[in-house]
Amino acid sequence: MVRVSDNLIEIKGVRHAYQTKAGPLPVLDGLELSVPEGGFAAVVGPSGCGKSTLTRLIAGLMKPDHGEVWLHGELVKGPKSTVGMAFQNPVLLEWRTILQNVMLPLEIVPTKMSKREQEDRARKLLALVGLEGFEDKRPSELSGGMRQRASLCRSIVHKPEVLILDEPFGALDAFTREDLWQTMHKVKAEEPFTGVLITHDLRESIFLADQVVVLSGRPAKTQYVMDVHLTGDRDIEHLYTPESADALNILRHQIQIAQGRTDEEGARR
Amino acid sequence: MTLRTILVPVTAIVVFCLLWELLVWANGWPNYVMASPSDLPPAYARYSELFIVMGWQTLWRTVVGLILAIVFGVLLGMIMGFSRLMRDALYPLLVGFNAIPKATLVPIIALLFVGQHNFNTVMIAFLISFFPIAVSVSIGLSTLEPEYRDILRSLGASKTTIFWKIALPKTLPEFFGALKVAVTLAFIGTNLMEIVSPHGRGLGALFDSGKTNSDYPLMFAVLIALALMGIVLYYVVVFLEKVFAGWAERSPSY
Repeated sequence: MVRVSDNLIEIKGVRHAYQTKAGPLPVLDGLELSVPEGGFAAVVGPSGCGKSTLTRLIAGLMKPDHGEVWLHGELVKGPKSTVGMAFQNPVLLEWRTILQNVMLPLEIVPTKMSKREQEDRARKLLALVGLEGFEDKRPSELSGGMRQRASLCRSIVHKPEVLILDEPFGALDAFTREDLWQTMHKVKAEEPFTGVLITHDLRESIFLADQVVVLSGRPAKTQYVMDVHLTGDRDIEHLYTPESADALNILRHQIQIAQGRTDEEGARR
Repeated sequence: MTLRTILVPVTAIVVFCLLWELLVWANGWPNYVMASPSDLPPAYARYSELFIVMGWQTLWRTVVGLILAIVFGVLLGMIMGFSRLMRDALYPLLVGFNAIPKATLVPIIALLFVGQHNFNTVMIAFLISFFPIAVSVSIGLSTLEPEYRDILRSLGASKTTIFWKIALPKTLPEFFGALKVAVTLAFIGTNLMEIVSPHGRGLGALFDSGKTNSDYPLMFAVLIALALMGIVLYYVVVFLEKVFAGWAERSPSY
């Protein structure tokens, strides 16, 4: 893959506060994030530190008070159809079949694909995530993991430049989650994307991403960035190597600092 | 439809009629005190023409009132569902209006539009039945999870697109739930006007004349006719719900 020198996602000095009755509530203060084309960044941080605000900024659903969000060399001013999103809640439309759900973005984003091609693409993606044979089922007939797989297909069906995943596996049980991690690698190999993954799970962050960004507690700033080198066809076993254990330990320590629990300990080092 | 789904309710109706007949027979009530099911067929036969003419009047005025309630209720629900300001402004007014017993509105409407019997009756049917529809639509729209909106907004969809593709279909189950309540209410409204402000039209007027003549079989025959019409209209709504919001029904195996 050709690596362009400038980053596909570039967030510079973003500050943002929500207006509440008790005055402004700062959520982001000094957020920096750079993701090259084809890169996959995982963002971790304490609860309520403004991670979801970050996804809304990248998607153009809101504008920051200060700072800039750049996508592919363009300043983000509003929603763009070059973004795909998936949330913890798969938000599938209950009145549509799985296939129709996956095809939803193609009804909104201008596309050159014919109806036939659109359907073929949706079917291909569903097969890729292991949902072959479920195309005509309703979401209510699927398990949580399967719904999340369908949601994933919907988020990439229109070939977005940027894929934003806001804790997509957070509500799943541990086994299903590991299954979906494998699926993510398969999807990334077949349908390359540039991604930002918000997660609470450190193992997930080093297993999926090539860059882990630790945010500080609210108001969040970029506290620590780690490059992950577990490249290639990743196996769950990779999580149990000494190398991974070291990475996890560093990240865990960074999270503790972010939570403000080990300030003294951190200062002593 | 299996034999069971027909047999069970039919059996229940037959048992109910038998118990009713037994009650009247055991107490030895003459039919100017209490009618029994066996009095009904002769009553229908005797007044068959009136039942058809007046039943039709009641039915069409109820349906027109209900359609008005749907149009107005959905519009009002949309306004309150999408605008926080309008919801805060209109909700107390609406609750207050709904708390007024509609029987008190009958003379007001009748005096406002003297002689406009059809209009007045439709008005009461409409006034009594739009409330649940407006409330359910507004709640359905205002409780739409933000993620649903974000999925489409992040793709650059307009508000109209979001309404047609997500908000409207997602509100349909609540809407039909309210419509089932509204159907029954609309019937109450129509009959309220026909009985409280009699003008010789509709089953309510027929009931009133039965009362004047102490014709108990006629009065009960009217009640049963109203019940039948209510059941038919209710199941029309159930049918529409199956067609438009059948997806909301979970199959029992899951």
